[in-house]
Amino acid sequence: MTDAGDLPLWAALPVALLLVLGAGLALTGSIGLLRLRSFYQRVHAPTLGTTLGIGCVLLASMLFFSVSQTRFVLHEILIAAFMVITTPVTLMLLVRAALYRDRREGSAEVPPVPAAKSPAERAEG
Amino acid sequence: MSAPLLAWSALVAQLLLVAAMGCGAYRMLRGPRAQDRVLALDSLYVNAAILLLVFGIRTGSTHYFGAALLITLLGFVATTALSKFLMRGEVIE
Repeated sequence: MTDAGDLPLWAALPVALLLVLGAGLALTGSIGLLRLRSFYQRVHAPTLGTTLGIGCVLLASMLFFSVSQTRFVLHEILIAAFMVITTPVTLMLLVRAALYRDRREGSAEVPPVPAAKSPAERAEG
Repeated sequence: MSAPLLAWSALVAQLLLVAAMGCGAYRMLRGPRAQDRVLALDSLYVNAAILLLVFGIRTGSTHYFGAALLITLLGFVATTALSKFLMRGEVIE
């Protein structure tokens, strides 16, 4: 709390709201991770925190430092862009690994491997 | 007059994030299968990055930003490597 005191109220109010909103979204995602039943349902929950949760906190951080240092501080965009790029990649890799493991064990939760199409069918559609 | 508002909202955000990390840690320790543990570890990385950003706002220093960026990078590499391991049984072929 070194130089947080000199922030005007019009900037402090959205910063406070965005902070609590982002943290609340991250908590919602983690509760979903805890409560949902199967792995394929649980994959969806933490993405709430990785997109909107960290987005709100980054917006709050940008607003706070831009106003308190009276210049544009926009390097938080780096984290936002990086999260947007990496989250789908990691979760798709993870779900593919999980699907492969479940299929190899013959789990009833996942559909079986679809039959390979013949070359003629593949040419048609 | 905005200092107590910011201090309290940062404190509330930190408590919410600690609760979120508790949920993630419980799922990682309990998680019935390996993919659940990897997913929980990934969400722990993201929550740690958010917590560091809130620390930065609370103390008014931009030094925490680098740590948050580093944690997101490490989270991406760790989750990718663990998914590869679950898929293939080895990380570097």
